[in-house]
Order: sequence, then C-alpha cells, then structure tokens
Amino acid sequence: MDAFFTKLMTLGGPLLLGAGTTVAITISALLVAVVLGLALALIRLLNIHPLNWLIATYVEIFRNTPVLAQVFIIYFSLPYLGVNINPFPAAVIGLGLNGGAMLTEVFRAGLNAIHFGQREAALSVGMTPWMSLRYIILPQTWRITLPPLGNYAIALLKDTAVVSAIAAPEIMFWARNLVTSTFETTFVYILAALLYFCLSFPLARLVDGFERRQRAWQ
Amino acid sequence: MIEDLKGFLSVYAENWHDWGPQIYEAIWVTIQLTIASFSLAVVLGLLLAVGKLSNIGLVRGFCTAYIEIARGVPALAVLFLLYFGLVPLGIVFDAFTAGAIGLGMSAAGYIAEVFRAGIQAIHKGQREAALAVGMTPMMTFRHIILPQAIRIILPPMLNMVILLLKDTSICSLISTDELMLRAKDLAMMSFLPMHLFLLAGAIYFCLSWPLSLITRKIENLMQRGRRQTFGG
Amino acid sequence: MTGPLLQVEELHKSFGDLEVLKGVDMTLDRGHKTAIIGPSGCGKSTMLRCINYMERPTQGHIHLDGELFGETQSDGAYKPMNEKGLARQRAHVGMVFQGFYLWPHLCARDNIGIGPMKVRGISKAQANELADAMLEKVHMSHKANEFPERLSGGQQQRVAIARALAQQPKLMLFDEPTSALDPELIGEVLNVIQELAEEGRSMVLVTHEIRFAREVADHVIFLHDGVIVEEGPPKQVIDNPQHERLRAFLRQIVEH
Repeated sequence: MDAFFTKLMTLGGPLLLGAGTTVAITISALLVAVVLGLALALIRLLNIHPLNWLIATYVEIFRNTPVLAQVFIIYFSLPYLGVNINPFPAAVIGLGLNGGAMLTEVFRAGLNAIHFGQREAALSVGMTPWMSLRYIILPQTWRITLPPLGNYAIALLKDTAVVSAIAAPEIMFWARNLVTSTFETTFVYILAALLYFCLSFPLARLVDGFERRQRAWQ
Repeated sequence: MIEDLKGFLSVYAENWHDWGPQIYEAIWVTIQLTIASFSLAVVLGLLLAVGKLSNIGLVRGFCTAYIEIARGVPALAVLFLLYFGLVPLGIVFDAFTAGAIGLGMSAAGYIAEVFRAGIQAIHKGQREAALAVGMTPMMTFRHIILPQAIRIILPPMLNMVILLLKDTSICSLISTDELMLRAKDLAMMSFLPMHLFLLAGAIYFCLSWPLSLITRKIENLMQRGRRQTFGG
Repeated sequence: MTGPLLQVEELHKSFGDLEVLKGVDMTLDRGHKTAIIGPSGCGKSTMLRCINYMERPTQGHIHLDGELFGETQSDGAYKPMNEKGLARQRAHVGMVFQGFYLWPHLCARDNIGIGPMKVRGISKAQANELADAMLEKVHMSHKANEFPERLSGGQQQRVAIARALAQQPKLMLFDEPTSALDPELIGEVLNVIQELAEEGRSMVLVTHEIRFAREVADHVIFLHDGVIVEEGPPKQVIDNPQHERLRAFLRQIVEH
C-alpha cells in the first residue's frame, strides 16, 4: 500500500503539472474559438458575397480535416515560412482555428433560431440594428448556444491530448515521458485517463444540468 | 506569387513516383480503420444503449459508467492505454487492432447515446396504437418504430463516421501505419513537412467532404419528413 | 404644427418581379384613425410596413409630422437615411405586429422598458415606472414580472401594445393585431385598442375585423391588388359599398 502511494506521488506530480497545461490550452483555445466563431457568424449575417464564400470555405476545410493535421501544418510549416513557433501557441492556434470553424456554425444556428420578427420589433421601437443585436438577439443566442458550446468545450479538452504530438507539455506529453523514464506503463496511462475524466466529468454534468433546465423551460 | 506556387506544386510532381504508391496504400489503411472502428462502435453502442435501459441494476450501472467514461476520456488516452499500457499485463495488440478497438470503444459511448435518444423519442402510444390496429409486435417494429428511429439516428451516425475518419489520424501516434503516419514519415525523410501535411490534409478533406455533404442532405430530408409527419 | 400627421405619396413596392403596391396615397390628420381592409395578399400589410420603413418603398415618399421619413433630400435628390437616423424616426412610430414578437428573454416589464432605456437613455428606475404605467393602461399590471412564454396570446399582444405605447409615439401602427389569436382572446385586445382610440391617438390599423374597423376608424381604405379601390367614412364604405370588388369582399367576410 505504501509503495502504491509513493508511486502515486512521484508519478502524479508531473501529470498534475500537465493537467495545468491542458487546462490552460483548453481555455486559451476556447477563447480564440468563441471570439472567432462569433465574429464570423455575425459577418455572415451581413451577407457580403466574397466574405460569405471565404468564411464558408474556412469552415468546410477545418471541419473536414483532422485537428492533428491542422496542428502539424501550423507547427511544422510556419518555420518553413520563417516564423518560429513554440508548441504551446501552435497548439492554441491550431485548436482555436479548428474550434472557430465548429463554433461559426453553432453561433449561426443560434442566431438563425431567433425569429426575424424579434429584430423588427426592436427596430420598430427605435433601436438601431446594433442595439437590436446587442440587447435582443445576442442575449438569446447565448442561451441557445450554451449547451452546444459546453459540449464543444468538452470535445476540445479531449482534443488537447493530440498536441502532445508537437511536445506541448500537457497530460499525454508528461505521461509519455514518465513511461520512458519509469516503465510504469499501465499505471501512468490509467492515471492519465483518470485525470482527463476528472476534468471533463464536472463539465459534462454542468452541460447536462443546463440542457435539462432549458428543456423544462420549453 | 504564381512562380512560387508553380515551384511549390512541382515538388509534388517530382516526388510523386515515390510518394504516390505509399500514400495510396496508407489511404486504404485509413479507410479500413474507419470502417473497423465504426462497426465496433455500432455493435458496442447498441449493446450499451439496450443495457442502459435494462431493468437489471448492475447492467444499467455498468453501461452508464462505461458511457460516461468513454465520453470523458480522450481517444488518444484510450489508444495509449490499449497499445502500450496493457503490454506489462501480457496483452499485446498490433497497432492497427489497437487503433480500431480504441477508437471503436471511445466512439461507442456517443453511439449509445444516439441509439438511446432514438429509442426514447418514439412515444409508447405509437406502439400501442399499432398493436390496437392489429399489427403484430414484429410488424410494429418494422413499419412503425424502425422508420422513425432511423430518421433520428441516421444523421448523427453519419456524423460519427466523419468524426472517426478524422480521428483515425491520431492512431499515427501509436504507430498505426495510416495516412498521417505515412505523411509524417515521408515529411521527415524528405524534409518537406509543409508539402506532406498539406497533402495529407487535402486527402482527408476529399474523403470527408463528400460525406459531410451527403449527411447535410439527409439531415434536411429527414427534417422535412418529420415536419410532414407531425403536420406542423 | 399644422398640416397632416402622416402623408403617403405615390407609394410603390415590389418584391422582385412582383409589384405589391402600385401607387398608393393616404393622409392622416392628428387624432384620426384609418383602417385598411382588403383580401389577403392585397398589399395592406406591406403598405403599413412601408410607413415606418420596415420595408423600403420602391418608389414614393412618406412624411411624418411634416418631416421626410426614411430618406434625406438635398437638391431635389432623395437618399436613403442611415440606420441611426431611421431609428430616431421610428422611435416616434409605435408598431404592433400580428405575431406579437415579445422578446422571450425579458419579462413583461423589461420588454416595455428596454426600448426607452436604450433609445432615449432614461434610467432603469424611470423605465420601470414607465413600463408599469403602460401595463396598467393595457390591464396587465398583475403580470409585470412574467415572461412571455407564461402569457396567453391575448396577454402577449396587450404587452406588445404597451411596449409600443411606451415609445410615446405620434402614430400607432397595428398590423392585423388579432389575426394570430384564438377567437376567445380577440375581445380583450380589441378593447384595449378601442380605449386607445378614444384617447384621441392617431393610428393606422390593418385588420380583418370589419365590424371593429367600422366602430373605431373614422376613415376606411379598401385595398385590392395594390391599389386603393374605395375609401371614405366607414358608414359609407362598409354599409354602402359602391365597387363590386368591395361588395364581394364584404359578403365573403359576413359569410364567415
């Protein structure tokens, strides 16, 4: 039993450190994805022809290629163009761009779910288009998009595991390093899986609870 | 600009006799990996969905726990555990098998939820109404339950295929010899990472995009069907 | 100020190849009420929606209180007004929609208060006070804190009327305000509109309720195929129709 705890302490430390990085990457990439997705969804509302087409192309490309390929292209190809990039920002940019494509569609669906009459009513009381977006449309969009946004955050958290491939020091990266130095293969990988579960499970409960509450409203 | 692009593309032409056959081979492995993991996920997912609705507490508990864990743990962690983590216990898979099993087990959690949603969305009254007009339970399932369930289940299933196709790329990290690994190996040998990763990305896109288009088309069709059904 | 409150000149509106309004004129004096009637698809809602530029007319001009609406004019050339100016003008025109369009994320009081608060910049306390006063006018004070989903259609429409009233509009537009309501809920909404009419408010009303139009309006316009076929005082137009199309339309309404 004592040996088990010693093992847990020596191996758990670095993994926890990795978990910190995993959380940091998740939050940073989520931020990039939300800002990008919302901005692009709003631009698409304006219906400007070449922009529309460009955004749709971006969305299709990033939604139909593996995130690992996206991260590799950014990490290995930017130096080729003379830009040196560290694993952490490469991971955040790659995951963020990928998420931006996902969330563009999520926000677009959320914006479209709001009846056009709501906007007309806002204009009729003398609001400008910007005011109607700010006070009428967006508050409702948030409510509609929160569950898919939460689900995306969980998917993103899990997707961060792939950036171990470019040596971003998150959970899987540390797990692989610990294995080479300690040979505690089974133990380390179970611990790593458990750690991810501990991070994602509360998030999943939160999303579930919110979805249930929203269903109760309807 | 145009010259740069020409130069960039000419690299593919020069190397194609070397890269081409290897890439074709790897595409085939990727497709096999997708099909294998999806098949496993469907079978496992169906069992889990039925188990989660079971009356036996132990079965229900196990299936619920499995689904939650599968949804909370990255597929990559499952792959590492399967491929490296079980070796000390004497369980050894080859990289393809580990990849297919790992992705399949991971996806099964989602598929189970898809099945469950499909089963539960159909009101009990419909079954009773079918029996009341004299249908046998078999006819009820065949003509009433199944057509509606397919409508609900099909679009998320197709999305799962797309997701799995893209996720097969992470099997490269446990050395399954699929498209991503082959691209990476060729990139390291030729010192042309940008060319090869862009090529790999383009191939994934060519495989995935048609599936996306079909899925969207079916989603629209299904939705129209449902609206008609409920007379809205 | 002298002159009419609302002037509509030579109004045309097309959607693609379809010409919905083919040159419509109308004048409304302060405190007067005009009802627009006609079969579905005759362009009556479009005409109403052009008055506050929910739809931009293809041709023709609107004047509200002597001021050109939705456009600016310099050297005889008309230019579309920018969104800010348009919003400022729309604030003077209250609109009640067939589909109510209350904002579901706000309670009844906030649905009424948010417009004046953001558009005119009054404080939250003032907005609440204003909203409560408007709710009283439509007999909805007891539902101030309810969200739209908890209100019946009739109650939602009364809150929507209160929302328009809170703008302190010079002119009220009603776009088939009872068409989406169950028959037993129509009365409560018509009562509120009638009370507003008796206060001497200026209004333009698009409606299917011929009897109500006859009672409330002092002028009735019969629109058919995008043109005014007949107009005048309700007693003349509704009780003694001259045009065959109007007679057919009224017969059909009575039969239903």
